[in-house]
Amino acid sequence: MIGVASIPCLVLVSAYIGFAGLARDSGVSAFEASFMTAVVWALPNQVVLVGAMVGGVSVFTAALAVTLTAVRLMPMVVTLVPLLRSGGAPRWQILILSQWIAVTSWVVAQTRLPKLPPEARAPYFFGFAVTLATVVVTATGVAHATIGHLPDKIAGGLYFLTPIYFLVSIWGTSRLPSDRLAMLIGLVLGPVLYVYAPGPDLMLSGLGGGTAAYLIGRAMRRRAHE
Amino acid sequence: MSEAVVTLGPYLFIVLAGMLPTIVWRWIGVFAAGRLKQDDEIFVWVRAVANALVAGVIARLILFPTGALAATPTELRIGAAIVGLVAFLIGGSRIYVGVLAAEAVLIGGWFLLFV
Repeated sequence: MIGVASIPCLVLVSAYIGFAGLARDSGVSAFEASFMTAVVWALPNQVVLVGAMVGGVSVFTAALAVTLTAVRLMPMVVTLVPLLRSGGAPRWQILILSQWIAVTSWVVAQTRLPKLPPEARAPYFFGFAVTLATVVVTATGVAHATIGHLPDKIAGGLYFLTPIYFLVSIWGTSRLPSDRLAMLIGLVLGPVLYVYAPGPDLMLSGLGGGTAAYLIGRAMRRRAHE
Repeated sequence: MSEAVVTLGPYLFIVLAGMLPTIVWRWIGVFAAGRLKQDDEIFVWVRAVANALVAGVIARLILFPTGALAATPTELRIGAAIVGLVAFLIGGSRIYVGVLAAEAVLIGGWFLLFV
């Protein structure tokens, strides 16, 4: 699959290597981390989930934090579905394919699918996504087993890949001022709440910071229209 | 591990707290496609909430790292992240440009500080 050997996919694999290190330090085993990659398939959600597993919160609080992280997948799915269905694929097939829609596969699909004949789009995405998922699930396990044996500077550089990948990829997929404002508010509010309200900190900074950014962005748009 | 993880077992915990809350939004997206537009107000708010939450995760990973990264000074990590974001913006919005620039500053600075 040519799409898998692309730069976005290589960056994704390296970000998952950083995740494997985080999981290892948090006491999550290699199989648990790989299983998580296979069934969740969204890196920010997995980082939140690992934090919840060690943070001592209830399964309900953990699910709430993960679901707030996951809502960003919905608009991605909404924009990709017309492309995937254009060849007449039935809805049950699209429901299965949607499991592999996350930032990287969305970016690759958006650029590659329109160039294919409509009936080839869903099969291409299936092959691409399953190949990428297999590579990334394997990489999670292998990295988990090896990262502890690497020299400090290499391991540290790999750990750093995860936050820097989030930072640039989410900034890059932001289109409105409110999207970027929300990131800036979250970058400041997140650590403050982590110190003063550990546990529900991510949920609070997401709902509070995000809603504030939305309201400010809406006020700016209204003023621009007047 | 938290009490809830021990009680349920890690795999059931991952399914209940990780897989289901994620897949729900993908499936809602499949059913909402064609009825909702990407610029509907609800999406604008949803994206803002998710971005603020993930930004909190980013800040936590940079400010309170685990493993080998914890040995580096906080200022170096923050500086590397800022350089990465700036390189991404002036480098034609290519993710690998930002990632490579940030890593170069982090590892370069690490060598200079602890030879």
